[in-house]
Parts: sequence; C-alpha cells; structure tokens
Amino acid sequence: MTEDHVRDRIDEVYRSDSRRVLATLIRLLGDFERAEEALHDAFAAALDTWPRDGIPANPRAWLVSTGRFKAIDRLRRAARFEAAVGELATQIEPVALPDSELIEENSDVADDRLRLIFTCCHPALNADARIALTLREVCGLETEQIAKAFLTSAPTLAQRIVRAKTKIRDARIPYQVPAREDLADRLATVLHVVYLVFNEGYSASAGDVVTRADLSAEAIRLGRLLVELLPEPEAVGLLALMLLHDARREARTSGDGELILLEAQDRSLWNRAQIDEGLSLVERALSSRQVGPYSLQAAIAAVHAEARDAASTDWRQIVGLYDVLLRLDPTPVVELNRAAAVAMFDGPAAGLALIDAILVRGDLADYHLTHSARAELLRRLGRAADARAAYERALELTTQQPERRFLERRIAAIR
Amino acid sequence: MTDAAIIEEIAMKYLCLIYNDEREMGTTPRPDTDKMMAEYFQFTEDIKKSGHYVGGDALQPTTTATTVRVRQNKVSATDGPFAETKEQLGGFYMINAKDLNDAIQVASRIPGAKTGSVEVRPVRVFAQQ
Repeated sequence: MTEDHVRDRIDEVYRSDSRRVLATLIRLLGDFERAEEALHDAFAAALDTWPRDGIPANPRAWLVSTGRFKAIDRLRRAARFEAAVGELATQIEPVALPDSELIEENSDVADDRLRLIFTCCHPALNADARIALTLREVCGLETEQIAKAFLTSAPTLAQRIVRAKTKIRDARIPYQVPAREDLADRLATVLHVVYLVFNEGYSASAGDVVTRADLSAEAIRLGRLLVELLPEPEAVGLLALMLLHDARREARTSGDGELILLEAQDRSLWNRAQIDEGLSLVERALSSRQVGPYSLQAAIAAVHAEARDAASTDWRQIVGLYDVLLRLDPTPVVELNRAAAVAMFDGPAAGLALIDAILVRGDLADYHLTHSARAELLRRLGRAADARAAYERALELTTQQPERRFLERRIAAIR
Repeated sequence: MTDAAIIEEIAMKYLCLIYNDEREMGTTPRPDTDKMMAEYFQFTEDIKKSGHYVGGDALQPTTTATTVRVRQNKVSATDGPFAETKEQLGGFYMINAKDLNDAIQVASRIPGAKTGSVEVRPVRVFAQQ
C-alpha cells in the first residue's frame, strides 16, 4: 500500500472510530481532557508508524492501547515536576491488558459510547452545555461548527464546553450508564437533547435558511446510535419521528428557499426510503407496552406520511392520537397542535375556539405559531381584518427569515 | 467490603444545603412539624448506617443571623442578612458519596427537598503539602 492509501485509511478510521476510541479512553483515563490528548497522540502515532509498519489488524484496539500508553507517558513526564501526579500514573496503569481483552467483546467497551452520551447529557449540566458537549464529544463536531449551527460565537461555545467538563470533573459526575431505576428519567434527558439538535436543524430558530441539514443528520445519527445501544421504545419512537419529518425536507422549501406548508407540499419529493424505515420503527415503538410522547408524535407523522395528499389525510386518527398525547404531555404546544388538527377535521371554527381558549388562559401569547395558526383559521372563515391582525402579530414574533417572508406574503394576499 | 466501607474508601465530600421558606416553617401546625422531625431523624439514622453521613445540623431562622466583615482592620457586625429570596438556608448535611449520582440520590431523600430545595456542592480539596 502506498503512503497515500494509508493516510486515507487513517482518515477513514478517524471518521468511523475516533468517538469510540475517545469514549473508551475517557473510561480508562478517567478524564475528558486527558482522553482527548491521548486520542490526538494516538492518531499522530498512527500517521507516524502505520505507513512504515502497516495497518494493525484491529486499528481501534491499537489506538486505544497507544492512546493509553501515551497518556501514561505524559503523566510520568509531569510526575518529574509534581509528585502527586505520579501516583495517578500508577493508578491508570494497573496491568498491561492484552489488546484483545481491552477492546473485544467486552461489555465495558460496548457501553463506553453509551456512558459518554449519558455523561454529556447529565441533568446536572446546564441545558445548553449538554447540547454543545454531546455534539462535540459524541458526534465529534468542531467547536466552530457547533457555534455556527447555533449562531453563537466560538469562544462562548468553547467556554460552555470547558465549564461543563470542569463540572464533570470537580463535582464528579460519574462515567456510567444510569442504574435501572433512574434509566427512564435519564434517557428522557438524552432524548430531549437529541430532539433539540434535530429541531434546530429542521426548523432553525433564527437566520436565513429554514433548515440546517447537517444538524438534523447528526441528530439522526445520534438517534440510530441510541437505538442500537439501548433500544428502549421511546428511543425507537424518536428515531422514527426524526426520519419521518426529515423525509419531507426536500418538499418543505421551494427552489428559492421559501417555506411550503405541509398541505401544499409536492409529496413525490418526500424521501420514500426514509418514510418506510420510519413507518416500521413507529410500528415497533407502538407495539411496546409503554407508549411515550415521541412514539405518539411519530405515529402522527406516520399518518401524514401515509396520505397520498393533504385532502385524504386521516384527520380523525390524528385528532385521536393528539388526545392521547395531550394526556401524556399536557402542554399548551400540544394543545395548539391538536387544535390545528381539530380545525382540519371539524372545521376552522372548532379549531379557532380551542386556540382562543389557550390564549384566554394566558398561554402561548408570545409564540408566533399560535398567531399564525389562528390567522390561518380566521382567513378560512373569511374574517379578513382579524386574520391580518393575527398574521401581523405572528410576524412581530418571528425571527426566521423564510417564515417572515411567508407571513408577509399571506398579509399581502389579504389586502 | 460492605457498601458503607466502599463509600468511606473512595468517597468525596459534598455539602447539602437545605433551603426552605422559613416563614412557612413558623406557621406549620404542630403535628406536621413533629412528623417532619421524625422524618429527619430517620433519614439521619439511614445515612449513618449507609456510611454517607459526615455531619449536619438545622439552623435557627435568618432573624437570628449576624453578618461579620473586616474592613481596614475594623470589625463590623450587622443584623441580617435579610435576603429577598423566597427560600432561606435552614440546615445542612455534610455527606460522603462516591460520585454526584450517589450524592443526588442521598440529597433527594432529605425531607426538606419535598418542600424546598437542596443545593449539592462538592467540597474542594487542596493538595497536601
């Protein structure tokens, strides 16, 4: 093999395995920073020796054990200056395990990525930091990429990550998969992080473009990883939900980046393969005894996906699913979505009454989608002046450019 | 090794600060305060048995507090603090726990966590010379 071939292979291993190697190194070395340094050292060593000695039979095992030895080396060197660190070097160097034992068919190693996910999404960490840390450590995105996706500055984001890592170390957040009795709660936190990443990618909260496909793709990758490592029904449900929504991506915007509502989308542009995968996952999630909010939302998306066009959508079933969802997750946003479905099934007046009831209660008054949904129903009822006022209120509350242009077009059409 | 022995061996110390609305404490009927006391007594016994307990006490209300400062070598002692916050520090436990999950588990069993909140802070360790 030529040197170029070896380099390509190293790049490939980096892309496919660097996160697994990192996850195992964090467990072996007990520290994020030390593990990242070790990972870096291990790949540097690979670039150095693989072209000369050939690619090892098990590159991942080679990288883990090389990284570990490099970390011990670093600690030994530091120990010449500080006695206390010397002790640490002996702690993480108990026995020289054979590589195969370190890496193969060992449930510890299989669980390392899961440990990493649960640690990055620990509820004791700040909610924004959980997202940043997960994208950085589990997905391997660069700090700059994450900052750009979330429209924050790289230094702010880097600081967030550093603070989170400091807390993990100083408050001793353990590197472990939670105990059975805590698993449901902790998994919910993890799924929420994944869902937020997906949403930011699918419906960016601000800025020039509607979607940031790369974030959605990362969320789907995370969702697949979770289903592979911990196939709980809600993890399956969330993956289904993301696949079904993401399948509509191509149809959601026009060539010039304008937003197209579900009812007006060209359904031939929907990604059929992704829908089929989503549908079978929905079935799997719903067949479990414990049906959760993500599985129900996926089931709703599945009903849409199965309809040939907007008119033939089974709205009765969608309203029924929202009824169940509202019992599990009684939030105003779910109520709003249910109201929109009721409007499709029972007519705009019925939907409008439900939305007005939410507003009278004082909920969702500053949420742009409340007002745009309300405006849409008023327009259908022929109440032009009220509809315009509602669209204008929605416009005031919207920061995302394509959505703003959509609302402006609606307002112009009323005049 | 027993669980208690393991915890002592590898533990880290956490201070659990218990915050409650102390005005509410003053108006709570007698049977309820008795029940609360019994719960605290039981909890303290439990964490002594499990090896988590290091120390702990309840505090007199903030109306008894005095704030001390030294500025330019002059000592000032003033009444208060009378913070505007809804909840006040009312007691604490110092615990041994093997990690934050363990500490959260212990803190969640403090009776005051049901009505107020418990702040869990790792104790800082300075390197021995």
